[in-house]
Amino acid sequence: MDWGTILDNSISQMIRPLTAVFALAAIGLNVHFGYTGLLNFGQVAFMAVGAYGVAISVLEFGVPLWVGVLIGVGAAVVLAALLGVPTLRLRADYLAIVTIATGEILRLTIMAPSFRDFTGGSDGLSGYNDDFTDLNPFSAGSYGFGFLKFNAGATWNIVVGWSLVLLAVLLVWLLMRSPWGRVVKAIREDEDAVRALGKNVFAYKMQSLIVGGVIGAFAGMYLVIQQGSTIPGNFTPAQTFYAYVALILGGAARIWGPVVGSMILWGLIVFTEEVLTGLVENDYISSDLISTNQVAQVRLMLVGLGLVLLMIFRPQGIFGDRNELMLDER
Amino acid sequence: MRKAVAVLLAASALITLALVSRAPQTGARAQQEPAGGDQGGGEVVRGTLRYEAESGEDEFAEGVDITVETADGQEVDTVASDEDGEWEVALPGPGRYTVTIDPDTLPEGVSLQDEDRTTLTFEMSAGRARAVLFALTAGFGGREVASGFDRFVRLSVQGIRFGLVLGMAAIGLSLIFGTTGLVNFAHGELVTYGAIIAFIFNVTIGWPMLVAAPLAIAIAALTGSLVDRGFWRPLRNRGTGLIAMMVISIGVGLLVRYIFLFQFTGFPRGYREFTEQISWEFGPLRIVPRDLWTIVISVIVLLGVALFIQRSRMGKAMRAVSDNRDLAESSGIDVDRVINFVWAAGAGLAAFGGILHGLSQEVTWQMGFQLLLLMFAGVVLGGLGSAYGALVGSLVVGVAVELSTLWIPSEFKTVVALSILVAILLVRPQGILGQAERVG
Repeated sequence: MDWGTILDNSISQMIRPLTAVFALAAIGLNVHFGYTGLLNFGQVAFMAVGAYGVAISVLEFGVPLWVGVLIGVGAAVVLAALLGVPTLRLRADYLAIVTIATGEILRLTIMAPSFRDFTGGSDGLSGYNDDFTDLNPFSAGSYGFGFLKFNAGATWNIVVGWSLVLLAVLLVWLLMRSPWGRVVKAIREDEDAVRALGKNVFAYKMQSLIVGGVIGAFAGMYLVIQQGSTIPGNFTPAQTFYAYVALILGGAARIWGPVVGSMILWGLIVFTEEVLTGLVENDYISSDLISTNQVAQVRLMLVGLGLVLLMIFRPQGIFGDRNELMLDER
Repeated sequence: MRKAVAVLLAASALITLALVSRAPQTGARAQQEPAGGDQGGGEVVRGTLRYEAESGEDEFAEGVDITVETADGQEVDTVASDEDGEWEVALPGPGRYTVTIDPDTLPEGVSLQDEDRTTLTFEMSAGRARAVLFALTAGFGGREVASGFDRFVRLSVQGIRFGLVLGMAAIGLSLIFGTTGLVNFAHGELVTYGAIIAFIFNVTIGWPMLVAAPLAIAIAALTGSLVDRGFWRPLRNRGTGLIAMMVISIGVGLLVRYIFLFQFTGFPRGYREFTEQISWEFGPLRIVPRDLWTIVISVIVLLGVALFIQRSRMGKAMRAVSDNRDLAESSGIDVDRVINFVWAAGAGLAAFGGILHGLSQEVTWQMGFQLLLLMFAGVVLGGLGSAYGALVGSLVVGVAVELSTLWIPSEFKTVVALSILVAILLVRPQGILGQAERVG
């Protein structure tokens, strides 16, 4: 067991693109769940429409990548409207039910053989991100210091990812200190009171769903653009709950909560996985008990368990303020 | 804080159990492998791809790609069938394998009878040869070129069967919501739980299904009651909000689902009995006995449930708590006991539904989660909170989902359910049998 390498890998995972992806997804969820109190259990659906929006429009219609990104954003807006119109007038549970169903059914639809020509079925799509790699300003070589060294492509991915995260944080910060943000937070606290003040609660919820959904779509688009391929396996229902754990770990309704949460979560995930793998490979744990390719399943158990424990014992996360977030019956 | 420790302990116990109880399985497999090696191997899987042409003569499908993979997804070989439709792959040893047929390489006009079953799983014992057969048909419905009406009848009956099973599983979901206000996103895992427990009794231990199923249902009901008493009741008592509880339930669902995957592995497996059956024909209707019995049993059970809710004291108490919890409590109903009963009964029914579903399909680690999405459609359609609503809604969803395959490919079944869900929320959010409440 090489503890040095394990620590290095865990720390470098904290700034790798995947962490930025889930930071973005969790920032979107923060707008929904943390600030507005919308229970979106299908953030992965927004990620998927963004990702496939880009990939399909570039590959099928031959548009440049930036137009594809616009199309991805448009797809997320349409999805938010489709999810919101039937549910946002109703109790919180209905949005949760419809979003979780949509997330999974969207994935099944993407995988359907009938759409294979379009979506690539379970093999996925690739070859749409040339515009992105061509833009890479870093010349070949290695960037960073110490063990945090990345080649030119990876550096470009990391820079773009965290720039997006910073932009999203800035956007959410500006929104939440605006009058719009105050109304949205008031809806979370007491919807009826806000309605009594003459605000159109439905419209505000819908706008919140769209804003968070578009940020989620950026998470999906960034994920598939930087990795150069998009497969349905990237968009399983569990992805939403990585984002939830990241959000609640860092602190919902906090500007930096989802970002810090995602970094800690992915650092921890890589750390536990490498320790577990190391223990199995060095026979500290018998490989009868757990094989190395089952480590990923244990990871998902821990994500579920983490979500349960956090919600029970520390719903405000590390930096949250319990008084700000009295999530209650609605 | 004591409770905190208790929950932590329970959770870690659960994971440890998952890890430990797996050990003998893999251990046994590890012992088998050298034995297989000693006997010189020679394990072969083969098959013949045959279908009946319109003339009624047997034809063989040539040049169809068949891929054999090991349990962990490593390709053994890909072969094409020869002019007699035969193919054969030598295997590296005993164990579990999957065979996948590439439907795109089938001859013109020939398709799989069940388009979803492009992959079959089999267990290879040492030194044996095994045949794996894919059922092919030429054109629509193959030999019995089914008329539109015949297909309609068959699909309707399949839909009724599926709807009844769905309804049985969904009653608990709806009643738990009615009595506690919680939408339990881990309800699907109760369905899988029942199916897997029955699988362990029936296949791993080898008891007959008629013993295994009732036992599994009883265990599931007991588990439901314990989960409520040990987990949900303390949460309710400490005043955890409903939204927080929903997030918790989904976390529980995720945890349990991946324990199932870890334990049961990702392979779909069937029960030991009632698998190969010859279908009975009644005029235009063809049905395998197992499906007919499923319908009969479901109807009996559901009638019993309805009678119970309508007539018994507990049933009345359940309806009272659903209607108005505070009023029920102040008129002397022990609300916690009612809720506990609802959990036990709901879990038992969910397990029953899971077993019946596992009989007609196969048992998989996420069957419950996939059913949950359809259950939601059924429960919302019927009216969230009402047992009858869950039943009526699920029946409609079941029939609609099956009948939709008359017009659209079967892979879009779930999309139909989602459309029903969205449509009902737009038109009548309280559902068919639900009472209108002030919304929005």
